[in-house]
Amino acid sequence: MNAPVSALTPGPLVETDVVRVSLEAPRGRLSLRARGELAPFDVALGLTLPRKIGQRAAGDGIEALCLGPDEWMIHAPEAQVGALLSACATLYERHPHSLVDVSGRETTYVVDGPGALDLLSVGCPRDLDRILPGEGRRTVFDGVTVILWRDGETTARLDVWHSFAPYLSELLETGSRELAADAAAAR
Amino acid sequence: MLLIHCPYCDETLPEAEFTYAGQAHVVRPADPSGESDADWEAFLFLRDNAKGPHFERWRHLHGCGRFFNAVRDTVSDRFLTTYEAGLPRPDLSTLTEDQP
Ligand SMILES: [Zn+2]
Repeated sequence: MNAPVSALTPGPLVETDVVRVSLEAPRGRLSLRARGELAPFDVALGLTLPRKIGQRAAGDGIEALCLGPDEWMIHAPEAQVGALLSACATLYERHPHSLVDVSGRETTYVVDGPGALDLLSVGCPRDLDRILPGEGRRTVFDGVTVILWRDGETTARLDVWHSFAPYLSELLETGSRELAADAAAAR
Repeated sequence: MLLIHCPYCDETLPEAEFTYAGQAHVVRPADPSGESDADWEAFLFLRDNAKGPHFERWRHLHGCGRFFNAVRDTVSDRFLTTYEAGLPRPDLSTLTEDQP
C-alpha cells in the first residue's frame, strides 16, 4: 500500500477565537478516472458517483467528490482501500478505468469556526459562498492546488499534496492569527 | 483579475485557476513526412498575432483539469466565449462582448 508519510503530526495546528485549524489523521484516498457507463462503478464502490463537477456522494464510510468530467476523489478508511481496489479491478476487462491509491500523496486540513470562510479567502480567489455546504471543488490556495470539501456553513476540509503542506500550515496559521487580531481590534 | 467561464464546470471562475495554452485549432498534419519544410515549419512555429478576437486554448488547471478553447479579444482582454475542446470555431459575427 501507498503509505502516508509521517513528517506531519496530525492534531490541532492553531486555535483562535474565530477559527480552528487541525491536521487530520491519515486516511485512504483513491483517484478514479472513468468514462462511459458508470453504473458498474456505483455498485462496486457502494455509492452513486456524482455526475456533476463539485457534487459529492457518501456510502458506507466512504465519500466521493466529482472533480472533472471523468474524475473523482474517493476518501475511505484505510482498511477499506484494498477491498475497493479489488471490487473495481473485476470491472476492468469490460470497463477500462484508472483507480489509483493516492493515500500517501495528500494530507487534509480541517478549518472550522465562524472565521472559516474568511480564512479560506486568504488564499482562494473563488466566491466561496457559491460552493454550497455539502459540495466540494478542486481549486487553488495561494498557488497550491487544493481540494476543498465544504462540509458545513463554517466547516471545510482542504486536501493538499504533502510537499505543499508545510507552506500551507504556515499560511493558515498566519491567517488565523490575523483574523483573530482583527476580531479583537473590532471589539 | 479576469473571470473565465469553464465550459466543463459551467462556472465563471477567477483567472488564477487557469493557464493559457497557446493558439487553438492548430491541427497536426496526418502525414508529417508528406509535408513540405515550409508547411511543417508553419505547423510547428508560426502562430497568429491577432489584434482583436483570438482563438486560443486554456486549461482549467486548478479545477477540472480540462483543456478548452476560448475567443479572447486581445485589445480589450475580454473573453467573447469559451467552448469545449473538439468543437468547431464559433462564428465570430454571433459573438458579443457578453460572457456566457
Ligand atoms: Zn473546469
